[in-house]
Formats: sequence, C-alpha cells, structure tokens
Amino acid sequence: MSAQDLPLFRERSVVWSRLRAPVGTILKVLGLAAFAFWLIGPLVNLALWSVAERWYTPYKLPVTYGTRFWEVVFRPSGDAMTSLGTSVGIALLTVVAALAVSVPAGYALARLRLPFRTAIMIAFLLPQAFPSVAIYINVARIFYTIGLAGTVPGVVLVHAAHGLVYSVWIATAAFAAVDRDLELAARNMGAGPLRAFATVTLPLAAPGIVASAIFVFLESLDEFTATFFVGVPQVTTLPLLLYNASMGGNYQIASITALILLVPSVLFMLVIEKFLKADVLAKVGQ
Amino acid sequence: MTQSRLLALGLVAPALALVAALFLYPLGFSLVAAFTKDGALSLAHFGKAFELYSVDIVYTLFIVLLSGVLTALAAIAIAGTLTLGETPWAVAVLKALYRWPLFIPFIVAGQCMRTFLAKNGLMNNSFVAMGIIEPLQATSLLDWRGIVITFVWKQAPFVTLLLAGAMASLDRSTIEAGRNLGAGRLRVLFEIVLPQVMPTLLVALVLSFVTTMSVLSVPMMVAGSQPTMMTVDMAFRINAYGDYPVANALGVISYAITGLAAWFYLRQSIRREVAA
Repeated sequence: MSAQDLPLFRERSVVWSRLRAPVGTILKVLGLAAFAFWLIGPLVNLALWSVAERWYTPYKLPVTYGTRFWEVVFRPSGDAMTSLGTSVGIALLTVVAALAVSVPAGYALARLRLPFRTAIMIAFLLPQAFPSVAIYINVARIFYTIGLAGTVPGVVLVHAAHGLVYSVWIATAAFAAVDRDLELAARNMGAGPLRAFATVTLPLAAPGIVASAIFVFLESLDEFTATFFVGVPQVTTLPLLLYNASMGGNYQIASITALILLVPSVLFMLVIEKFLKADVLAKVGQ
Repeated sequence: MTQSRLLALGLVAPALALVAALFLYPLGFSLVAAFTKDGALSLAHFGKAFELYSVDIVYTLFIVLLSGVLTALAAIAIAGTLTLGETPWAVAVLKALYRWPLFIPFIVAGQCMRTFLAKNGLMNNSFVAMGIIEPLQATSLLDWRGIVITFVWKQAPFVTLLLAGAMASLDRSTIEAGRNLGAGRLRVLFEIVLPQVMPTLLVALVLSFVTTMSVLSVPMMVAGSQPTMMTVDMAFRINAYGDYPVANALGVISYAITGLAAWFYLRQSIRREVAA
C-alpha cells in the first residue's frame, strides 16, 4: 500500500490539484503587476509632475493639480515653443542632409560593384561604436575655429553623421530588397538607367527609406550629448531645455518637455512595423 | 568596368566624407591632444587623468558591467517567457508591456527616474502606501543604483527584442524534443534555447555596453557629482577648465574600454567559427 492510496494523502493531492491553477494564475498576475509597476511607474511619475501645481513632502500625491505649467510651456512666445521649433527644424534638416548622401550611397552599396564594400559599411557604424563624448568635445573645438560652433548648421552636421548608420544601412537593405527583374524589365522597355531608378527602383524602396528617415528624425530630436557640446550657448533644443529645467529644479517644465519628446517616440513604436517590412529588416547590415 | 567602379565610389563618397570630417578627423584630434605635450609624445595627461579620476574609471566600469549583467538576466527571463510560456494571456500581456522604454530617449528616462527613485518619489510612496516598507525606511536611490536601474530599464527592452527575435526563429523541434523527454522549461531554456541564441545575446550586450559608456545625461541627472561616470568628468574638464588634454586622455581610456569589449566579442565569435 503506497502513500497515495491513503485517504488523507489522496484528499490532499485533490486539494492541491484544485488549488494549483488559481494559485498559478494569482502568481502570474502579481508578477505581471510588479513588472508593469517597474516599467510604467517612472512614466506615471512624470505625468503626475506635469499636472502638479504644488507637490512637496510629506504628500504622496500632488497637493494641487492644474494646467498652469502647460500654459507656460505652450505660450507661443515662451522658451519651450522656441526650442520645439529649433528641435523640429534641426531634425528636418538632418533628415534632408542624411538622405541626400545616403540614397546614392545605399544604391551603390546594394547594386554596384564596390571595392572594400565591407569596410565601407563598417565605416558608417563607427560614429555609433565609439564613446561619443570624446568625439563631440573635439568636434566642438574644430567647429569653434571655423565658426560652426553654436550654429544650427553645425548641430545638423553632427546629428547627420551620427544618424548615417541608420540611413545608409536601411537604404542599402531597402534597395537590395527590390526585385532586380523589375528594373531590367523597365530597361528592356527602353527606359534609361536614371529613369528606371526614378520610376521603378526608388518608389519600391521608398517605404524602407521613409523608415530610415523616421529613425534619423527621432535620433536628432532626442539627441542631447552632441548638442550639449556643439550647440551651446545659442542653440537650445528640447532635450537641452529639459536638462536645464530639471537641473534648475523646475520639475513641471522638465516633465512637460519630456512628455512632448515622448509623443513622436511612442507614435514611432506603433507604426515602425508598417514601414520596416521583414524582407528589408532581414537584409539590414548585409 | 573601371568606369562603373568609379561611379559607385562617387556615389558613396559624400557619405564617407561626412564620416571622415565629423568622426575620423575629430578622433585623430583627440588622439593627438591626449598623447602629446608641448609638441612631443608624452603620457603625462594619462598620468594626470589616472591621478584625478581613477576612482571614477573603476566606478564607470562597475556601473556599466553591473548594468550589462542585470540587463542580460532580465532579457533572458523576458525572452524565455515569451518563447516558452504556456499561458497565452500572460505571454500576450508581457509582449505588450516590455517594449515601452525602447524608444524613450535617455534624457526622458533620466527625468522619469530622477522623480521616481527619489526619497519622496512615486516608488517609495507606493511601497509605503502598500505597507511594504515603513515611511522611515524610504531612502533615495539617486546614486549608482539609480544609474544602474535607469540603464537596465532602458536597455533591457532592446536586448530582449533582439533575443526574443532570435529565439522565435529557432527550430521548435529541439524544444519540443526536450520537453517530451521530460525536461522542465527552465532546463530547456538554459540547455537548449540559450546556447543557440548566444551570438545574438553577445552582440546585443556589446552594443548596449557602448551605449551606456557614452551616455552623459543619465549620470548627470540621476546621480550626484562624486564619484561620477567618465562622461561627466570629460564634460567637467572642458566646461570648467577648458582642459582638452586630460579630457581627451579620459576619452582614449573610454575608447580602450569599449575596444576591450569589442575584442572580447570578436574572440568569442572567432572561437565559435573555428569550433563549427
């Protein structure tokens, strides 16, 4: 007679098998709740600060809520709106500069015979593979001697160089994913190489190139370190405004600025899969 | 043939010129500034950098390595659950949750944590309200712990994304075989799944390592000034003293540290290729 056959043990194992599923579910819910607290908690704190007009110890939640600081931030003549304009302008110019050099480079890397192709691909990765602070302090020093320090074109150039790895690599992958036969068909029907590129290859690669443009735009919008060294004191982008407000103890302005910066990031996370298809993604870096 | 090669090089040239002017030239500049004194080769700036900042160099390494280890553990746990989890709703919730910090800029993460981890931040307040800790036990985490927490919070989703992708493309039959032979899920994860996705995990960790070595905003916003990370020291050297030689010596030390990480990774992958 084994232990399992004793009535008491049998009863216990029945109780356990009945309890097992709900206990497991409760543990899973608790685990996920703890994970959500850890992930979302910091963002909730940010959101609370943005609507807190007064919040001090020992109060666990803001003492008075209000949108006074939102009005300060969104006042058309205020610092924040100026910085937002500067940031968006710099990001758009960075996209133009990066795409202007990346579309031809991507096409050549994907389609033409190129000596040292691997070395060239890696060259675009280098600016992201080195600790960047030491590079930026020297860029700032060089820019100072040629009058680019503290100017919008100077900041645009640094942001574009930093974003090249995305724009070149994704453009290369996008061109490589275009079916070569379609180009050949256009050429057979009498289109010249430029026309075949403009009417067949480029439109087919466009979603990938748009994805790379979004990457470059966001990188520029969120960039702090390069602007901190190259842009000061004249160029104040949103991340610099956030930093100054936070270090000055003005958590409301800092939090609202942070929320403005979050909007494009979250939108991007939701739409990225539409633009960056699996066939292009599989070719990135090759 | 030569003509088409020239055309190809011509198309790549503007992009390469941008990298040369804004990365290679300043890199050369930083090496020259770090290794010369009064026009002659010298290690004097490194001597001064070590004398002033050796504590900060160790502190930086400690933070970056600890963040890397914790990021790897978190990524393995999340990606493993996503791949081997048997409760569809829990896997779906986890999948929807884990990505959120992925595209959040470091500067925003820094501001979030600056408030969340403070003595009177939402984290301590929630713990007190739930009765997990007493009000007097609440302490500020705004020191090295804050930096590590911010780095893991920000980098774990990135490593998880790559790792879960690699796990999803594995041949399921090896996993099923292990499960059918009676191996628990934890054993399947560590003995069957993880060895196959190790290359992806290492690439993701090396990328994450370089990123955390380069971040300036998080150590400035989340932790106090002493000790601090090397990026902050470089900025301080420039902004307070205009001392380019010592700042560049610190920069070269940080290149060397990331170079070591890259070398470690390359050695591992070459060894694997030789074994294969």
